Amino acid sequence: MKKPFVMGILLALGVMGGMSQVYAADQVKSLRGASDLDAPSNKVVIKKIQQGREPIERDYVQQPPLIPHKIAGYKINLKVNKCLTCHSWANYKEAGATKISQTHFSDREMSVHANVAARRYFCTQCHVPQADTKPLVENTFQPVETIRR
Amino acid sequence: MSKINTILEKLKQPSAASLGSLLIGGFVAGVIFWGGFNTAMEATNTESFCISCHEMRVNVYEEYKDTIHYSNRTGVRATCPDCHVPKEWVHKIVRKIQASNELIHKALGSIDTPEKFEAKRLKLAQNVWRTMKKTDSRECRNCHDFESMDYTSQQRRAMKRHSKGFDEGKTCIDCHKGIAHSLPVMYEVDPSSVVGDGK
Repeated sequence: MKKPFVMGILLALGVMGGMSQVYAADQVKSLRGASDLDAPSNKVVIKKIQQGREPIERDYVQQPPLIPHKIAGYKINLKVNKCLTCHSWANYKEAGATKISQTHFSDREMSVHANVAARRYFCTQCHVPQADTKPLVENTFQPVETIRR
Repeated sequence: MSKINTILEKLKQPSAASLGSLLIGGFVAGVIFWGGFNTAMEATNTESFCISCHEMRVNVYEEYKDTIHYSNRTGVRATCPDCHVPKEWVHKIVRKIQASNELIHKALGSIDTPEKFEAKRLKLAQNVWRTMKKTDSRECRNCHDFESMDYTSQQRRAMKRHSKGFDEGKTCIDCHKGIAHSLPVMYEVDPSSVVGDGK
């Protein structure tokens, strides 16, 4: 009869230990604010994506250029890439768009292909549209003078 | 004999009353038939009729619900026949007769699974694109009249391309493909917009 009792105490201690970890997790805060799973989420602020504007200057070398227009409804899947219907080398002139960089034709072995490489196909992995919002975290970033004055 | 003769005589010279009843009866029957015909045709010209077939409901209608012609800031929306059936009577009848082909394929089950639909998507899309091109995007222009388009209130990209496109005599469908439904594998149409061969 003694063994189950000892086990019970050990279990209880274990649970309490676990709970203290839960309390510790309480200190961690998400940037979008904490809310319980069963509670309604915080009020969603709809951020307005900027409408079409001139190309946006880069802030650092190798920055993927930002998307200066809305891309709502633009599909990128195996069947078609909506971005490339304007930005591919075959289409950019007629569309008056920026063409994709030559780097986008190389695979990871750096062999150059005739068409966009699979690893560069999903544009929005690097290129993003812009919304007028406050930065989530304050920062003092300045572009270097060789890029932009 | 004389009885038969009188009946024959009467048939040769029908009274004014019988002529009148024929005329009125014919008129009434005509109105009912014509009205019934148009009512039945209008019934086939509704979105609920289109999506009563699962081929339309689970494929093209589902995709359509994600697009601007279904849901947008002003709440003005287009239904299937607004784009796919001409408004003018003669063109409408022609399209309705063509639709008998769609009934045959419904019976054959040509596109009765999403996989079968996907396999046919390029061909089906090209059929619609070809028709739109031929009619100078007539169904688009029921709502979108470029005489009434104000370029200055359009976005930068739209302004540039609309004025250029119209100068070159292009029609809506030349650029606006896949705006209401998912595009097919575009490899054959524009290989530069697909990775690999799109399969």
